[in-house]
Amino acid sequence: MTDKVLMKGNEAIAEAAIAAGCRHYFGYPITPQTEIAAYMAKRMPKIGGVFLQAESEIAAINMVYGVAAAGKRAMTSSSSPGISLKSEGISYIAGCDLPALIVNVQRGGPGLGGIQPSQSDYFQATRGGGHGDYHMIVLAPAYVQEMADLTLRGFDLADIYRMPVMILADGTIGQMMEPVKMKEYTPLNISKDWAVTGTKMKRVHNIVNSLCLEPEQLEESNFKRYERYKAVLEKEPMYEEYLTDDADIIIAAFGIAARVSKNAVNEARKMGIRVGLIRPVTLWPFPKKAFEKAADRAKAFISVELSMGQMIEDVELAVHCRRPVYLCNRVGGMIPSPEQVLSKIKEVEENLKK
Amino acid sequence: MSIVFDKPHALTDAPLHYCPGCTHGIIHRLVAKAIDDLDIEGSTVGVAPVGCAVMAYNYFACDMVEAAHGRAPAVATGLKRAMPDNIIFTYQGDGDLASIGMAETVHAATRNENITVIFVNNAIYGMTGGQMAPTSLPGQVTQTSPYGRDVKLCGYPIKICELLSRLDGPEYIERVAVNNVKNIKAAEKAIKKAFENQINKKGFSLIEVISSCPTNWGMTPEKALSWIEENMIPYYPLGVYKDRSAEKKEGEQQ
Repeated sequence: MTDKVLMKGNEAIAEAAIAAGCRHYFGYPITPQTEIAAYMAKRMPKIGGVFLQAESEIAAINMVYGVAAAGKRAMTSSSSPGISLKSEGISYIAGCDLPALIVNVQRGGPGLGGIQPSQSDYFQATRGGGHGDYHMIVLAPAYVQEMADLTLRGFDLADIYRMPVMILADGTIGQMMEPVKMKEYTPLNISKDWAVTGTKMKRVHNIVNSLCLEPEQLEESNFKRYERYKAVLEKEPMYEEYLTDDADIIIAAFGIAARVSKNAVNEARKMGIRVGLIRPVTLWPFPKKAFEKAADRAKAFISVELSMGQMIEDVELAVHCRRPVYLCNRVGGMIPSPEQVLSKIKEVEENLKK
Repeated sequence: MSIVFDKPHALTDAPLHYCPGCTHGIIHRLVAKAIDDLDIEGSTVGVAPVGCAVMAYNYFACDMVEAAHGRAPAVATGLKRAMPDNIIFTYQGDGDLASIGMAETVHAATRNENITVIFVNNAIYGMTGGQMAPTSLPGQVTQTSPYGRDVKLCGYPIKICELLSRLDGPEYIERVAVNNVKNIKAAEKAIKKAFENQINKKGFSLIEVISSCPTNWGMTPEKALSWIEENMIPYYPLGVYKDRSAEKKEGEQQ
């Protein structure tokens, strides 16, 4: 598939997963991500793969755990309330150092919330979500093309670092249709000698396990895991910078909020306001250095989010509170308009003049 | 001197952590013996539960996975779907299988997932120190039913074999006990059959094994075995509850 095809964001994820060699998908219906399951249900049987509708999100993530333990690529997808249910399994996957891809097409919360787009699972995704010390690599697509690209990349990152990877999308990107060009993909050649594929009576048994009753050993395993995380923090941050070189004001925004913000940046530039945008593509690892550097010149930051202000904490940490960081947000399934972002830019610009 | 009794190859040399008189050791042995007899150790992957058998991954010599509480049938589903030619079994207790993991149990059964489930029912939560289980008997005193299980307050014990055998899905459901030699021999046969069914791609087999917990029942090991006979077996009758292949054969003969 090298031609451009018009696809829904959710379908792009599904097709990219297949391109990445994933042949095991487990899911449970929940709006607004159900297209992924529907797409997999159609495609998997035709290519010798497995689509299974699980009895719950909990079962689905544990099926993923089983396939991952067997050393094969597996994924599940859900939306916010379903991700809460999967969090137990994600913690176990992290604790067992298994690779897996989890897609969260976010909707408004808390509780049952709504079915409209949201980014209010930022904390849950970037801080782990389940119990214990662990992280997921969190990828935030802003375009349907990125839904595909980051799915391919996500499977690789999961295998390289032996950890769960989450695609943190939202209802807008999931439902939106845009042209997609599926990238040529060469599968990674990574040995999974830890997998439980049967001893064939040729080796000592492999054990996939997160239980460790000796505190010294459990501490050691946490230390070792965090050594791997350190490598992720150093090597894997991804972000897009837009008109930041001379910017007095920097907008931080990911996913759909970044697209809205870009429009606002363009409008503000026409008015002579020097404003730029940093769009984190990886939310964990957060592109700290980009913000740190930007803070040398920029005088203020605005975090544009579809939440009550979650990523703003990472922006504040990244700029070491040297500069004020303002919040511009809508929640509950509402999306900030470019006008709202523009008026926030003007307001901050006025503040800077004072 | 010829060896008349030996440890199955499918058990490791790790010392078991189970309490004196606990029948988990017997059940581990029966599972390992079935694996030996069928010569499947090299292709078998076991799934350990949360509960007393949580460290079963150290005891079986085949590849092992430790699952979250109750999720073993879902994990086994993933393993089996990823490796249809491998033999996958779960080893679960009553809290794991019949309480927190009930949904996973019922749905793996109804899908006729081609796995083998060893269900150890000792009517109590052992690992956490003796709390009421979904299978604790009416009136049974536990840490969380100190005045005896009051069925008006917390309902009746769950009879897993009776419940699952009403589903169209599963291939084989049998209840056995390990409180005496005769019952142990029957349990050995049942467990072996549950693995054979999987080899023959027949589908979901579950063997419920009535087991003892002298420590948390507050009895001597010997007394615990008679308690099985006198109290557990009358409430949980032994026998084959579902054998679809046999039913089919019977149907053909008629």
